[in-house]
Amino acid sequence: MRIGRAARLILLSLVLLLAACMDKQPTKQAVRGPGKPAYGDAIVVGSIGDASNLIPLLASDTPSFEIAGYVYNGLVKYDKDLNLVGDLAESWDVSKDGLTITFHLRHGVKWHDGVEFTSADVLYTYRVTIDPKTPTAYAEDFKQVKRAEAPDRYTFRVTYGKPFAPALASWGMSILPSHLLEGKDITKSDLARKPVGTGPYRFKEWVAGQKIVLEAYKNYFEGEPYIGRYVYRIIPDNSTMFMELKAGGLDMMGLTPVQYQRQTDTPDFKSRFNKYRYPASAYTYLGYNLRNPMFADKRVRQAITSAINKDEIIHGVLFGMGQIAHGPYKPGTWAYNPHVKDFDYNPGRAKQLLAQAGWKQLNSDGVLVKDGKPFTFTILTNQGNDQRMKCAQIIQRRLKNVGIDVKIRVLEFASLLTNFIDKGNFDALIMGWTISQDPDIFDVWHSSKTGPKELNFIGFKNKEVDRLIEEGRSTFDVEKRKRCYYRIQEILADEQPYTFLYVPDSLPVVSSRFRGIEPAPAGITYNFIKWYVPKEEQVY
Amino acid sequence: MLGYLIKRLLMLVPLFLGITLITFTVIHLAPGEPVEMQTAMNPKISAQTRQKLREYYGLDKPLYVQYGKWLTRLSKLDFGRSFASDNRPVIDKIKERIPITLSLNIIALVLEFGLAIPIGILAATHRETLLDRGITIFVFLGFAVPTFWLALLLMYLFGVKFGWLPISGLHSLGSEGFSPVRWLIDMGRHLLLPIAVATFGSLAGLSRYMRANMLEVLGQDYITTARAKGLGERAVIYRHALKNALLPVITLLGFSLPGLIGGSVIFETIFAIPGMGQLFYMGVMARDYPLVMGILVIGAFLTLVGNLLADLCYALADPRIRHGG
Amino acid sequence: MTNLYTLYWNRFRSNRFAVAAALVVLSLFILSFLAPLITPYDPDAIDAYHVLLPPSGAHWFGTDELGRDVFTRVVYGARISLKVGFVAVGIAVLVGTVVGLVAGYYGGWPDTILMRLVDIMLCFPTFFLILAVIAMLEPSIWYIMIIIGLTGWMGVARLVRAEVLSLRERDFILAARALGASDLRIIFRHIFPNAMTPVLVSATLGVAGAILTESALSFLGIGVQPPTPSWGNILTSGKDYIEFAWWLSLFPGLAILVTVLSYNLLGEGIRDALDPRLGRR
Repeated sequence: MRIGRAARLILLSLVLLLAACMDKQPTKQAVRGPGKPAYGDAIVVGSIGDASNLIPLLASDTPSFEIAGYVYNGLVKYDKDLNLVGDLAESWDVSKDGLTITFHLRHGVKWHDGVEFTSADVLYTYRVTIDPKTPTAYAEDFKQVKRAEAPDRYTFRVTYGKPFAPALASWGMSILPSHLLEGKDITKSDLARKPVGTGPYRFKEWVAGQKIVLEAYKNYFEGEPYIGRYVYRIIPDNSTMFMELKAGGLDMMGLTPVQYQRQTDTPDFKSRFNKYRYPASAYTYLGYNLRNPMFADKRVRQAITSAINKDEIIHGVLFGMGQIAHGPYKPGTWAYNPHVKDFDYNPGRAKQLLAQAGWKQLNSDGVLVKDGKPFTFTILTNQGNDQRMKCAQIIQRRLKNVGIDVKIRVLEFASLLTNFIDKGNFDALIMGWTISQDPDIFDVWHSSKTGPKELNFIGFKNKEVDRLIEEGRSTFDVEKRKRCYYRIQEILADEQPYTFLYVPDSLPVVSSRFRGIEPAPAGITYNFIKWYVPKEEQVY
Repeated sequence: MLGYLIKRLLMLVPLFLGITLITFTVIHLAPGEPVEMQTAMNPKISAQTRQKLREYYGLDKPLYVQYGKWLTRLSKLDFGRSFASDNRPVIDKIKERIPITLSLNIIALVLEFGLAIPIGILAATHRETLLDRGITIFVFLGFAVPTFWLALLLMYLFGVKFGWLPISGLHSLGSEGFSPVRWLIDMGRHLLLPIAVATFGSLAGLSRYMRANMLEVLGQDYITTARAKGLGERAVIYRHALKNALLPVITLLGFSLPGLIGGSVIFETIFAIPGMGQLFYMGVMARDYPLVMGILVIGAFLTLVGNLLADLCYALADPRIRHGG
Repeated sequence: MTNLYTLYWNRFRSNRFAVAAALVVLSLFILSFLAPLITPYDPDAIDAYHVLLPPSGAHWFGTDELGRDVFTRVVYGARISLKVGFVAVGIAVLVGTVVGLVAGYYGGWPDTILMRLVDIMLCFPTFFLILAVIAMLEPSIWYIMIIIGLTGWMGVARLVRAEVLSLRERDFILAARALGASDLRIIFRHIFPNAMTPVLVSATLGVAGAILTESALSFLGIGVQPPTPSWGNILTSGKDYIEFAWWLSLFPGLAILVTVLSYNLLGEGIRDALDPRLGRR
């Protein structure tokens, strides 16, 4: 029979596929001790995207910052417990009025090209940041500075016009080498492709779209890092990246929840890799356009939150790898108020609240109607984020149960911003914010930030919150700040301008030949220079 | 011949203008702007900062001014600087990607022609046999299977499960220190899967074309005459039919050129090969106008020239064209 | 005329591939029309606590990453994928035919301008053009169909033009013109039907191409948007689970494979049956 040929070929491809679907046989399980710290070897890290610009001032993408984090230092940094400690600054004094910070810089720190680091570099970095000709997104914090000066080679002093709590943290920004940049156009500088910093790793090579290679800087002021080379491999597809990890081509990557839960529990995988899990500094939310009359009544917003099962979302979207968010802070940080609970899943309460707000009758499609208008709205989210897309679909389903008709629209990011968010032209959206270490949330929640292209795009205006935010950022007294932020969370939980959905977990995985990794509140990479591979296990 | 050549060369000018116009139109359909991407969702940025960025990139000028400026710079072979935050000249970005894409696609193209032509001839000379049918199914399977699916399956099978081949990228880590021979072998092993997938997917078009051509030629009178003269079947096929059936393939080669520069976004993404496809895709997503326009224009222009060369070859091979065209 | 059609039909019938392909294509149509009768599930019914279940009696093709029934989604996806294929090709054929007719029939400067436009369009890598436009606009199913259509008409235009050129000087056209028939009448009564043969073939192949293009766009996240199921986006969502939830990519993958294969074989079958030159045995 002639068709038979086709059938056989299809069968063959089926067999191939089935073979591909069966899991790899477990191999020997290695038992490993800590081994002895040794210099050498390399770590290969996977990334979805390539870096864009290795002058961090000009970059806005994660890969660029990851690389810059190894090449440059700031004046201060966060330690493993997320306290601010000195980095290029050995210490600092804050004046009694809190307006002046004097940094005492480390002596004898050398740039990767051998030139000594001094206060001139800090002063240059500050000046180029606030220079209107520099296309940077990070000038805002530094515009609060009234005066900056470098009284001697190892002292740097800044004075603020009024107390500014995030001031100290803002000096964690990467300090640039003035001897290579002073008097030049920073946007055309070679450093964007060949950075020179003071950090533990020096730049070696960048093959566009393939890899970025760094090598250990022997004269690093905190001591030479053990791992000799840091290789950043660009693999744009997540499935490929995971296969590459399993085949041994990668040593470290971030897992997706499903990979963590369902694909990494074989004895073979466990013997070759260590998985880590800790809450990420980010949250995902469903935000409502408060200018829209539909969402003006807070009972409606409370009802929607009550109709959403956050536990289901964490289960379905994150496979349990995350926690419910009740407000804009990360559970466990000092600003987080553990006593605040918002509206848990209770469709009965949702219907009740909606009825109180006037949404009582159902039309023939099972959708609530008020004044002849059905309760229908559109959730916008950005394309390319699988988790947000899944959230939207689950929420759509849940709201249908209480009589709200939801449409989903996925938009390309730039278009979402320009045509919808910036113009206030949306009903609701699912987006995320990163949670910065300093709890100042002026830009997102203050009523003065509701203008076009500003970040309080939902139009949240609350006098008490405004006052608390201003109070919180203008004092250095942590207890006082804490009281402000605790109260803000109570207000937000009641107002529900967002339905706070979840704080996902970071799920990094590292080859088990790397030792010295000590998970802490700051994650795992804060002590990267102390990671090592015992001599007998080194592969590169 | 000279007259024909001049005519064809003159024709390039309006065609090229058309290309730039279409490119410019396509890009400006977009609602977003690159500044949005760069400053997206960053709490630490003000409206003035955004305006500053807009002016810096020249986006505040009217469209026709932007087009005019772009065209003027284009005539000086200046494609401008990328909107991405690295702000590098577009031409540099393209230059570092083109060799990878070109060499990969040329290998795939050579393989495609090298395999598809004999396959097509085989199918034609064995028309309606099991062989013909088998070939039909085989080449169409290659066309019909979604590239990324096949690629992932092969990667899993040969890379993870059997561990025979590297999974992605172009070189192993540390290949800088390899001897030239080992370096080549290493790269070859990396390229095996992507090239196999690309070639398998492209066999259908050309081999079916070849088969149809061959069948048509074999039905012509002069072949019947040749057969009647008592020439052996092999001689008829290879000496008479093949030559005539191959002629139109030259034109087809010209049509393959856009693909040559285009490259495939999908298998470049899957196999982590940093080629033009990826560059273009990222450029489009980030609204990097100069980069996207640069790639489209260069791609189209090279194709234009390629087509011209193909036509010239054709004209040299077949004298009828020179006078008729 | 009847004789001619009988001849076509007999030729087509003798090509078993083409017949099998026609049957596949036909059953796909029936399947997608009867979707609600075939499966008891709602294609968008989410069940976050039963995600990625393997195939079973209740879920023939298993469940997807949101606990939806994959069989149901593949069946409903057939509707979308076929719609994309047909509308896109419809647009391409329409534009291509009009351009080809005008260029071929009138000749002169309309011909020159239109054919140069064809040349220009053919210089661009098609997928790049589609990518640029769709990524810049929003990824809606309508844009996808329109853009695929608007980048795929050049071949049809050339085919139609060539056909028109060869028909234009034929006796029956000259006779019609001598009898005072208007241009429009000549084009639509006499030239159009005759030029349709190559177009039919190229349209059949075009449907297959459009389905593949949609799946490629879905891979990049700018194809048909979820929750609407298309084969392309089901397959793409299965990509991340290919190693352990094989059912999520196998079934939509096979659906695309079999459909595209069938359209190609069908197209070739039609061509072989209609093409007089290939008819000689």
